[in-house]
Amino acid sequence: MRPPRIDKGLVLDGFTLVVPLKLGGMAQIWEVTHPDHPGPLVMKIPLILDGDDPTMIVGFEMEQMILPRLTGPHVPRFVAAGDFAHQPYIVMERILGRSLFERMGEAPFPPEEVARLGLSIARAIADLHRQNVLHLDVKPANILFHRDGTAVLVDYGLACHRQLPDLLAEEFRLPIGTAPYMAPEQVLRARDDPRSDIFALGCVLYEMTTGRQPFGDPKGARGMRKRLWWDPPPPRALRPGCPPWLQEIILRCLAVEPAERYPTMAQLAYDLAHPEEVRLTPAATRTARDGRLTRLRRWLRAAGAERPAPPPVEVQAAVTPIILVAVDLSADYCTVADAVRVMAGRMLTLLPGARLACVNILKIKRLMIDESHDEEGRALHVARLVQLKAWAEPLGLPAERLTYHVLESTDPAHAIVTHARENHVDQVVMGARGQSSTRRYLGSVSAQVTAEAPCTVTVVRAAA
Amino acid sequence: MRIALISDIHGNLEALQAVIAHVARQRVDLVAVLGDIVGYGADPVACTETVMTLAGQGAIVFKGNHDEAVERADPDMNAAALAAIVWTRGVLDGAHRAFLTALPLTARIDELLLVHASARHPGQWPYVMTPRDAELSLGATDARLVACGHTHVPALFSLQPNRTCVAFTPVAGTAVPLAAHRRWQIVVGAVGQPRDGSAAAAYAVLDLGQGALEPHRVPYDHQAAAAKIRAAGLPDRLASRLALGR
Repeated sequence: MRPPRIDKGLVLDGFTLVVPLKLGGMAQIWEVTHPDHPGPLVMKIPLILDGDDPTMIVGFEMEQMILPRLTGPHVPRFVAAGDFAHQPYIVMERILGRSLFERMGEAPFPPEEVARLGLSIARAIADLHRQNVLHLDVKPANILFHRDGTAVLVDYGLACHRQLPDLLAEEFRLPIGTAPYMAPEQVLRARDDPRSDIFALGCVLYEMTTGRQPFGDPKGARGMRKRLWWDPPPPRALRPGCPPWLQEIILRCLAVEPAERYPTMAQLAYDLAHPEEVRLTPAATRTARDGRLTRLRRWLRAAGAERPAPPPVEVQAAVTPIILVAVDLSADYCTVADAVRVMAGRMLTLLPGARLACVNILKIKRLMIDESHDEEGRALHVARLVQLKAWAEPLGLPAERLTYHVLESTDPAHAIVTHARENHVDQVVMGARGQSSTRRYLGSVSAQVTAEAPCTVTVVRAAA
Repeated sequence: MRIALISDIHGNLEALQAVIAHVARQRVDLVAVLGDIVGYGADPVACTETVMTLAGQGAIVFKGNHDEAVERADPDMNAAALAAIVWTRGVLDGAHRAFLTALPLTARIDELLLVHASARHPGQWPYVMTPRDAELSLGATDARLVACGHTHVPALFSLQPNRTCVAFTPVAGTAVPLAAHRRWQIVVGAVGQPRDGSAAAAYAVLDLGQGALEPHRVPYDHQAAAAKIRAAGLPDRLASRLALGR
């Protein structure tokens, strides 16, 4: 059967085409309605012509395969798909907010805004990674925002699902992606590394911060190969107001070697959520690009570079976790704090690459602190931070794998659970007190955390 | 229609029973046994009788190279396989042998071709290991889907005219949609002697209505199966490989 002419009023499997939203050369996007599906909905229809770019067609197949499997607030809800034998299409929820592409005209953004938007996007991509999907085409046009600020990723035409066949991987001899945002390993045709999305987000953060795409918009294979050795000017060279922590984050995302980037999107999100905790290296304040020798070395290495071997399984699965260790530092529980450290040490041995967020709760009587107590409060806060760092020292972890947080709260369990939820923590490790009258009267903090935390909780007891 | 694809039982009763119990929970309309009921394992009689019972209940059963070797020696067989076949001949009775001999090589169900090895030369048992093998197999038939076993390694290949054949290793428990405009070569893996590094029995459910392949792995008591192989005096390697899945 010949496919029907796409036009206003056409009814496809009960979906009525109402208004064209985008009439691109590759695909059309229409607002559609259906009596059984509450709107607003959009239908994406690929324009398949004989001898057309097969990447587009196979990409559409991939999208039809992947989108129905994704759930959650960071993807458009899948509604229906049309068969290739008749008229291929995908119907999904219409996201009403603006895309980052539309807002990019306002760039450069203030650093706080870059961190806020970047955090939303990083959380959205981390959610995809948790669902075994790599987007592989992260760019401003594919990032939309709901009114409440939640980021939604659209267009899964270049995406890849770890547990489904990758129809794009074997078929094409040329790198696939969007030139300004493509990671170096994608230039070499790798399609299995979640850290490629981290690189692309780094490009987006750079663009938001400086108003410029870090690598411009290269054309041709030679221009793309430059991605393997050329480094863009540090953001501070273009925007002296870019704070060191933001430059540190951006440049770490843009490392040529995936192993030098953040190991997971969740860890990048963690840094964007806690700028004050970002460990600064000399890269943070640099205003010059890498030296000639460094670049020459990269160029030589890039000269013969071929498609890299698949990354280690833990990287593919994005399972280098964030572990929240809740440390009670009151003198009575010293032995418990030691036991918690022993347990944390064991976990770090099992999970090299895991990151430790050391949390101490500074319990306050009520949330309002008046001015006279403020200074005293701050001194207490700093004292706790010092204690926390001393507690972690024997672990011998490099600084980039550790962060310290003193959380002020009237309700310790609630503070721990909230921190775990907001930061997509994978596991909480905390001590349990032995018998105490406080516990008898007030209930146990660890029991409440265990009941309410969104992740695994390991409760540690000191040997009697 | 939902079809359970079971292949390469190889006289492993523990694995076969575990898979049948698993299949019973999958709401299948048809069971297809893709050959190699005997060989290697220590329970050829019980496995053949179990498959005869399945056939009596409507299952379709195909002949594998080991089933054929019971009657007709296969010059290509390695020493361990040959030792097992010689031993198997001695324990099967006339009814079992008649059942195995009478098995067909292939059958068509609509768009689907069922066969033990490559569709290229049924009866000569070419392996389907690589995308090239899959192209040759699909090239030999007009069936859109071909399902086979024989390699003991689960795999899935997708082919479109004038395109590179795409290879994929299915992940147990994750259904793979089989796009209707593509051709697919399904290799289901082995029930009784997996060789992909996992000891668990492999099989798959093909849902023709949904156009999806559901790969499954079923743990079974491989230590018991190995102990029986040793007790029967069969080559030790046939026992030890079960725990390794190699």
